[in-house]
Amino acid sequence: MTMILPRRRFLTGLAASAATVSLGGCDQVVQNDSVRRVLRTAERLTMTTQRALLSQDALAREFSEADISPVFRANGTSMPTGEAYAELVDTQFRNWRLVIDGLVAKPLSLSLADLKALPARTQITRHDCVEGWSAIGKWAGVPLGLLLQSAGLAPNARYALFHCADEMEKTSDGSGQYYESIDLIDALHPQTILAYRLNGQDLPVANGAPLRLRVERQLGYKQAKYITRIEVIDSFATRARGKGGYWEDRGYEWYAGI
Amino acid sequence: MNAPETLAVPQKAVLVKRHSIAVRLTHWINVLCLTLLLLSGLQIFNAHPQLYWGQYGADNDPSFIDISAVESGDTIRGVTRIGTLQLPTTGVLGASKDADGELTARGFPSWLTLPSYQDLATGRRWHFFFAWLFVLNGLAYLLYGFAAGHFRRDLLPSRDQIRPSHLLQEVRDHARLRFPRGDEARRYNALQKITYLVVIFVLLPGMVATGLTMSPGFDAIAPWLLDLFGGRQSARTIHFLTASALVLFVVVHVTMVIASGPWNNMRSMISGRYAIRTKEPRS
Repeated sequence: MTMILPRRRFLTGLAASAATVSLGGCDQVVQNDSVRRVLRTAERLTMTTQRALLSQDALAREFSEADISPVFRANGTSMPTGEAYAELVDTQFRNWRLVIDGLVAKPLSLSLADLKALPARTQITRHDCVEGWSAIGKWAGVPLGLLLQSAGLAPNARYALFHCADEMEKTSDGSGQYYESIDLIDALHPQTILAYRLNGQDLPVANGAPLRLRVERQLGYKQAKYITRIEVIDSFATRARGKGGYWEDRGYEWYAGI
Repeated sequence: MNAPETLAVPQKAVLVKRHSIAVRLTHWINVLCLTLLLLSGLQIFNAHPQLYWGQYGADNDPSFIDISAVESGDTIRGVTRIGTLQLPTTGVLGASKDADGELTARGFPSWLTLPSYQDLATGRRWHFFFAWLFVLNGLAYLLYGFAAGHFRRDLLPSRDQIRPSHLLQEVRDHARLRFPRGDEARRYNALQKITYLVVIFVLLPGMVATGLTMSPGFDAIAPWLLDLFGGRQSARTIHFLTASALVLFVVVHVTMVIASGPWNNMRSMISGRYAIRTKEPRS
């Protein structure tokens, strides 16, 4: 029975790891770097599997007006600090511009009025916070794909990086600034829009005025608010702490499909 | 539990081969996964310790279960609310002591969460890693169970076991902690078989299905899941209730293991051999 030894060793291993975990050594195991690296492999597995099962344009569920949450909970920043943003609010975002640049043929700079003049998509979708709650709201905005196409993607374009006006955490190196990134599969998805309206009203400040991202097949922290600039890039490894987003830099998954 | 095969006949006890290597391996991997899934799951629950019914649910919506802290003078109290029933649960649920001995607002106490302190990102990493291991292990077990006839042979109640009079007798025997002996101990009793089948084919797959219903990505892959469970928030509630049912199952399961012979049962799940005591000496 050559099976015996590996089996015993395996069972001993299991027992040992269970014991370590239950004996309050728990938190030490959790903080171990190699353990963290191993656990991170699940994200890739989830993303690969979901993407394999997901046809490129499979839509997130769209609801009816009757399903809309009475109150759409605002989360994260509810009022960006700083005079620049306060002035934008005071002037109803008349002087606000959205810049689209990076790996594009023709960089764009658009006002809110420019965006509102473009073809819009309206969708009633569910917003899922990583914490566990959900809210349903009606969003209207410009499909991101439309803007990227008119800017013209360079052959090496891989991600859309969203620069946001809100600073979540005061840091000396600016890594507390909110930012997010999605790849082109999500960026060009028909439900991925830059929303300027929520439930028939101009997007409230608490929900990201004047413009926020909706990427409906992922969790709430991917839905960047207070967008000022969309930069098309080939890698986010050199940005902030290199994980592709404010929460990703703090341990959350870049692929937030679960 | 293969076909009984007598290995040794020392006086009154015979050792039979009870659990195949596949069953033993998948059983212990499952123990590891379910333990870590529970602890990391409670960490995730603590990020928003309210449960709702329907498609949506957040702070302003009526919750069905709420495990939170309320201010009380210059301290806090833990309150658990189920429907309209409010229970004071300070020290365990809603408010409990952290590592520094300070009373803190948290759904489940630090000794029940992984890690012990509030860290949703890490809780999620552990949860999804062990969810994958749990699913792969479960699939391997199901494949084996059908291919090797394990479900049909060992878990499907026999015709004589499902007679009401027999079932009633089993309930009475269980209540008195009187366990089958002799030849009857070669197979599982009907209550045991039914319980295992419910766990294997209802509760555990239910955990996976409700878990996936909470995934916005998976909802786009299989929108019917939302209709099956009545929405993401209903699925989250069912996920929690099913996990509670599994905890209850484990408590009863371990109690029964201890009551019906801890050493013999443990040996059978480790080495595969199970001792059957015959009523009379065989000589």
